[in-house]
Amino acid sequence: MAVTDFRRQFAPRPPRQRSIPRGVYAIAVALLVWFVAWRMFNGVWTLPLQSAEVTPLHLWLNEVNAWVRDNRDSNVLFVLVFDSIRIGVGAVAALFAQLFVQTDVGLQLPEIGWLGVVALVTWVAAAVGNYRVAILTAVGFTAFGVLGVFTEAMWTFALTLTAVLFSVAIGLPLGIWAGVNKRVNGILTPILDFMQTLPSFVYLAPLALLFLIGPASAVIATIIYAVPPIIRLTAHGIRSVPATIAEAADSLGVSKRQRLMTVLLPLARNSMVVGLNQTVMAALAMVTIAALIAGPGLGQLVVQALQSLNVGRAFVAGFAIVVMAIVLDRVTTAASRRAELSARHSTPLRRRRRIIALGAGLLVVAAAVYLSRSVLAAARFPAEAAVGEALGARINDVSAGFQNTFSVFTASLKDGFTIRVINPFQGLLTATPFLVVMLVILVIAVTVGGIRAAVISTICLLLIIAVGLWEDAMITLASTLIATVITMALALAVGVIMGRSDRVDRWLRPGLDAAQTMPAFVYLVPFLGLFGPSRFTAIVAAIIYAAPVAIKIIAEGIAHVSAEAVEAAQSTGASPWQTISKVQIPLAASSITLAANQGLIYVLSMVVVGGLVGGGALGYAVVAGFSQNALFGKGLAAGVAIVLLGIMLDRITQAAVARRRRIVPVTRRVRDVTAPLPVTH
Amino acid sequence: MSATTLTPTASATSDTAVDFAVRNLWKVFGADAQRIASDPSFTGHSAAEILEETGCVTAVRDISFDVAHGEVFVVMGLSGSGKSTLVRCLTRLIEPTSGQVMLEGQDIMKLGAKELREVRRRRVSMVFQHFGLLPFRNVLDNIAFGLEIRGIGTAARYERAREVIDLVGLHGYEERFPDQLSGGMQQRVGLARALASDPDVLLFDEPFSALDPLIRRDMQAEVIRLHRDMGKTMVFITHDLSEALKLGDRILIMRNGELVQIGTGDELVGAPADDYVADFVSDVDRTQVLTLRWVVAPVPEGLPTDGPGLPATTVIVDAIPTVLGSTVPVRVFDGDTLIGVVDRDAILREIMGVKPAAVRHGGASRAGARAGRVG
Ligand SMILES: Nc1ncnc2c1ncn2[C@@H]1O[C@H](COP(=O)(O)OP(=O)(O)O)[C@@H](O)[C@H]1O
Ligand SMILES: [Mg+2]
Repeated sequence: MAVTDFRRQFAPRPPRQRSIPRGVYAIAVALLVWFVAWRMFNGVWTLPLQSAEVTPLHLWLNEVNAWVRDNRDSNVLFVLVFDSIRIGVGAVAALFAQLFVQTDVGLQLPEIGWLGVVALVTWVAAAVGNYRVAILTAVGFTAFGVLGVFTEAMWTFALTLTAVLFSVAIGLPLGIWAGVNKRVNGILTPILDFMQTLPSFVYLAPLALLFLIGPASAVIATIIYAVPPIIRLTAHGIRSVPATIAEAADSLGVSKRQRLMTVLLPLARNSMVVGLNQTVMAALAMVTIAALIAGPGLGQLVVQALQSLNVGRAFVAGFAIVVMAIVLDRVTTAASRRAELSARHSTPLRRRRRIIALGAGLLVVAAAVYLSRSVLAAARFPAEAAVGEALGARINDVSAGFQNTFSVFTASLKDGFTIRVINPFQGLLTATPFLVVMLVILVIAVTVGGIRAAVISTICLLLIIAVGLWEDAMITLASTLIATVITMALALAVGVIMGRSDRVDRWLRPGLDAAQTMPAFVYLVPFLGLFGPSRFTAIVAAIIYAAPVAIKIIAEGIAHVSAEAVEAAQSTGASPWQTISKVQIPLAASSITLAANQGLIYVLSMVVVGGLVGGGALGYAVVAGFSQNALFGKGLAAGVAIVLLGIMLDRITQAAVARRRRIVPVTRRVRDVTAPLPVTH
Repeated sequence: MSATTLTPTASATSDTAVDFAVRNLWKVFGADAQRIASDPSFTGHSAAEILEETGCVTAVRDISFDVAHGEVFVVMGLSGSGKSTLVRCLTRLIEPTSGQVMLEGQDIMKLGAKELREVRRRRVSMVFQHFGLLPFRNVLDNIAFGLEIRGIGTAARYERAREVIDLVGLHGYEERFPDQLSGGMQQRVGLARALASDPDVLLFDEPFSALDPLIRRDMQAEVIRLHRDMGKTMVFITHDLSEALKLGDRILIMRNGELVQIGTGDELVGAPADDYVADFVSDVDRTQVLTLRWVVAPVPEGLPTDGPGLPATTVIVDAIPTVLGSTVPVRVFDGDTLIGVVDRDAILREIMGVKPAAVRHGGASRAGARAGRVG
């Protein structure tokens, strides 16, 4: 076809598509400037602050703390509001504590004895769930005794239970309100979003200021941390009731109340139970962390062990937390299934049989309680049966042996990574004049997230400078970014495989789900055992902590890339790798960005917790603030700095998510099969 | 041909009781709703123009009609023409922007929330395209739901529910859950639920559009049977002309929220108000719908008076044997009056779909574009 060739040759050239977006150049230039500035002005204008040093702001906060301590009994606000909340919450906590942990005279002995406790929780698990989770519960709770941490475990359990009770009492009505009222929902959503980006750590200091330290304030901190999921998922469940069903009910003349009770709530129930499950898991995680404000329980064992670098003890306590998490998760999940099944399959006969079985179970519980009150071995878990101490010592040996044997490997990995990656990057952030670093962050924020994100970032950075913790914040930021990059690489690799294969998905998902429910604390322990205290340890723990979430989001995104797009690519002969890189990953871009967002938030909260194992910087300042009065103000300021970092990272990545959504609309995997037949035109 | 020639059927005649009387009904979605409904400067603007200018969707535009007691009143139009909105305005499931809706002489627009609920509970029930069943209730409890809402005791409401279960052929399915039923069966539940409260009026919003054609035919027959047995007033929404013709005593045709024509099936086919309606009905087998009234020719000179005669309401197909068997044109009577004759040519013309010159409108030229429309 000579003619066409001729035409093609002389046709005006189509404008060449810019293969590299302008933003990349901007970032490249910024990075270059950064590097040059780092070489030229190393150590100039870096706003350093030694770990024992404080600023006037920190001192002023110390004074506030002292003032509150001295005046809380005479101040109306404290007496009427904070103290009455503390006393109310404390009373409920004490009730559960008495039942599960200690008598009213403070004896570390459950009112119903350890045997009674095990019998009671097993019975509850059977009543709300099924016999399998009941067995799991019995084994789990007995294991606390065998591990020698029964008292601590019961404190954790009692406080978790109290916090969940309050969270449900507050969260359920709020969630329902937000579900039926758009405006309330509009107000609550950003607040909840914000609450969920806060690392659990930062609630603690201000709460300790307002509510003192101890069980009550531990529970209050936990309520604040655990209430968002139940609010969110209750509201979500109600709002996602199909309009067609709600309308049909309206057409039958339901009143507002009937609409709620007979249509909305039953249809939202599944979502509400998922919310309850998440609330329970969040509560457990927070109760353990509230050890830092003298919340009793397993968390305290972990903290003490971490601080004295007793890996074995930390491991035993951490294992007990894992057991508790598994039991609580399984029981709440089974409860939701049972509710669903019983609605469908209950017959009078089955109901009667069940009631008889549960009644008999109650008799067993009563017998166990009676036994507990008459036989000491049933009241207090016999110390001879506990192996926790020995186990801890053994683990210490193994850990030490491991570190010795593999020290060549672990040490070289740790040191190599620290010297090659952490130190240079941290140096780049901390040793360059702060204005240059700010400029670079700004350029990145504008490119990735847009003007709004950049403005918010600037404000956050200025406030970080204002609270006097620029250098610490940059160290924490360095660790956070390094951990996030590795998390994302890991999540992309695993997430893509998982999203492409249902089999791998089925295989990995239970493990990821379980990993996600674990309290942050327990991740520190094994890596402390492997690598000892260091920034590297905190980073590795953060990666492992954040990876499950990121993997799941990416897998979801890949799996939901429209099947047609994939088929179209394959029909043109694309290889698997081309399909992944040219179709699936670009189409899942918004999910990947969302994974980065969530990954950052998780990593940040873990890097901060890493302050306990030598992660240093902001996390350390927070921890030190709890233990030393002179550093209280600095710890509070560090908490604020963490929040500011979190907001900055969240806003930039959220804005990026929103942009991606606009470019690639979220597509559904299969066509909605319930859609009406095509209407004639 | 214009709508004015059809006024006798546009509103029910004064001697039959009226269930619904709708006057100047408007529904506009959007911030400026009230202004658009009341401001005469918008008359003459199309719905698309109004959307362009104000961002508001005019879903129902100045519609008036009556539904006679015991009638099956069909509303038909393409998707998006405002049918669902119109039918929801009747019980204010969607709040009309302006206009009047009278139910058996009672002004629906003036009812308080409680009285309105009473209307929905006892007098008007609705069947939905997507059924709207409660997934966590079994068939029996779904059907009894409306009665439960009214506070009727368990025994009484189950008894009533079982009655309607038999009525709609759901016997033996009482304990099933909606997701264990086929679409057709689910819609039977929807129908039974609407019938359970023994309402005066049943509203149907495209109840069978989501069903397979065969099931759809069964369900249509079911509705016809129920109507014959119970004589309830029905307002039936559909986008399917054959369904409309099959079920409807009268049909209201909507386009872009506006009323285009109201009439019986043969009026729509015989005298479409405009090109839109003509286009709509062009694929219909006219011999099945039209009565002799629409094909009569003037009585020729010297027609013998002893030849065969037929009433004007005879549908053409039914007249074929008589006309073919007669050597002379068959006389057509409206009551006792002779209004004209039909001969073999007239019948053949209709069978072949050749329209009388008066209504041809160049409809044939659009035949290609219409192919396969309206199923
Ligand atoms: N809640 C609403 N808000 C805005 N526009 C609506 C709403 N409901 C319906 N519409 C619009 O009103 C018009 C008529 O809709 P509808 O009554 O559902 O038509 P039909 O039932 O004939 O398909 C459509 O353009 C539709 O998009
Ligand atoms: Mg509709």
